[in-house]
Amino acid sequence: METHVIHKLGNDIDTDQIIASQYLMLPDIENMKKFAFETIDPDFTVKFKTGDCIAGGKNFGCGSSREQAPAVIKAIGATAVIAESFARIFFRNAINIGLMLIQCPQIGDDLNDADSLSIDLKNSIIVFNGKTVRFHPFTGQAHEIISEGGLIEFINKQSAEDKK
Amino acid sequence: MKMTVTEKILAHAAGKSHVSPGDIVNVSPDIIMCNDATTHITIDIFEKKLKNRKVKNPSKNVWVIDHNFPVNDIKTAEAHKKMKIFADRHGIANFHNGDGVCHQILLERYANPGQIIIGADSHTCTIGAIGAFATGLGSTDITGAIATGETWFKVPETIKINMTGKLNKGVYHRDIILYIIGLTGADGANYKAMEFTGQAVREMTVPERAVLCNMAVEAGAKNGIVEADEMCRRYLSEQGRDADRSYFKSDEDACYEKIINVDLSRIKPGCAIPHNVDNYDELENIEKNRVKIHQGFIGACSNGRIENLREAAEVLMNRKVNQQVKLMISPASQSVYKQALNEGLMDIFISAGAVVLNPSCSACWGGCQGIMAENQVSISTATRNFRGRTGHPDSQIYLASAAAVAASCIEGFITDPVKYIR
Repeated sequence: METHVIHKLGNDIDTDQIIASQYLMLPDIENMKKFAFETIDPDFTVKFKTGDCIAGGKNFGCGSSREQAPAVIKAIGATAVIAESFARIFFRNAINIGLMLIQCPQIGDDLNDADSLSIDLKNSIIVFNGKTVRFHPFTGQAHEIISEGGLIEFINKQSAEDKK
Repeated sequence: MKMTVTEKILAHAAGKSHVSPGDIVNVSPDIIMCNDATTHITIDIFEKKLKNRKVKNPSKNVWVIDHNFPVNDIKTAEAHKKMKIFADRHGIANFHNGDGVCHQILLERYANPGQIIIGADSHTCTIGAIGAFATGLGSTDITGAIATGETWFKVPETIKINMTGKLNKGVYHRDIILYIIGLTGADGANYKAMEFTGQAVREMTVPERAVLCNMAVEAGAKNGIVEADEMCRRYLSEQGRDADRSYFKSDEDACYEKIINVDLSRIKPGCAIPHNVDNYDELENIEKNRVKIHQGFIGACSNGRIENLREAAEVLMNRKVNQQVKLMISPASQSVYKQALNEGLMDIFISAGAVVLNPSCSACWGGCQGIMAENQVSISTATRNFRGRTGHPDSQIYLASAAAVAASCIEGFITDPVKYIR
């Protein structure tokens, strides 16, 4: 199975840390992405390689409704964000733009910086350091949106069906 | 089947007789609010990714330029221009450019009890003060709602916050909500509704209730709400608006996830210490540390209403801001500004040496006003004190009431305002 390098962050990683207010008015996500997590580590996006994963503690993505937050994480090439819990608006925004979130309440301090992790979506498990941890798969409306690759894709499909 | 006010509003909007926490409902929002912090992204999604590019209900859209006003650079000017062109093209006539902070504009002019209100801003929960279900969403959700006229919600569980008792001298609604977030923690209400109720809340005006609902998101909540009542009817009438609507109320024996009882008489002037909103302490403790400040800010959707400006004016009357400190005051809207002028508050502020700024999000969000340098410290009525929110990552923001900001700016140190209140 493909493995991903973990970049471990703490609890309550807020949207200002993910992408600071001063960069929100840049014309698009491509221009913003190099400033992701700048207040945590100015070299974060230099060290981060496409395919790597971000891990956080509880309440990842708290704060503002800025969709730029999950969008820059997706744009720097993150495969997924793994956290004990996610803040509500961030969670919904990530689903809507097709950024994979893995919620593992029991993960605690087991997952560390620079660990290698593999993700088995079919069986809803992650594997790291010889440990296998189950996560809750998405259900309901969120599952339908993810299955289409995001909310706009979901809406586009519906409007195409309405025309039939 | 008994329901909370949040459940009743969602059930009504979804055309159902009953909903329970966990149910998914489809609703048509009565108001879709956009502001200039994110709308350029929303427009890109709309124009580049949507197949059916039509605005479903232009009249339900309220678009507000408030985060970066007046514009401070060319890229922001381009983003504002993009908003105006889009709004004109699609018939979005409710367009406000510099009239004030979006949530205050909605309270003063648009929001009504029982409505579903969504906004591309996390503090949209402020508007729960008028008895509406109001919540913040991201750009893609907002784009979907603009295009289809609909969105979906999972019905949240509700935390009931039952308030009794009277506030002591020097303690304000701002202190109540900072204290409550200190109790719950930054994720204590994640995905949930926070319903503020009890005798003490029934005696609060809508603007006072707005101070509570405003910060619900800082505990992670989906919405903050106070059920509409006579106070609400009075507020709507004062604004010259139709107050004759259905007012939803929680059933006596509705089911709550948790009940938190708060005796207001036990709350002291407080603050949130950098860099988390739930990092609460009482000012009498912080005062002992002699924390030197460089800047003070009073304003924003959190504490820029006329009541808050009066709180600050009481402290600043016939006094001077410390020479080492810059105090900035930004009324939450043009109408608040005008009223403050009429009441003579601006005279008090300017005589004290404070600087009055135009109504906008200003130093609360670090877009274009009040940016701090390395190791500078501010005390502010802003919504958040996250690391680097208003400038350098190693600057610090203490959150407190308008009176505490004013008192601290006089002293030059973080100060309990009690001694300045008659």
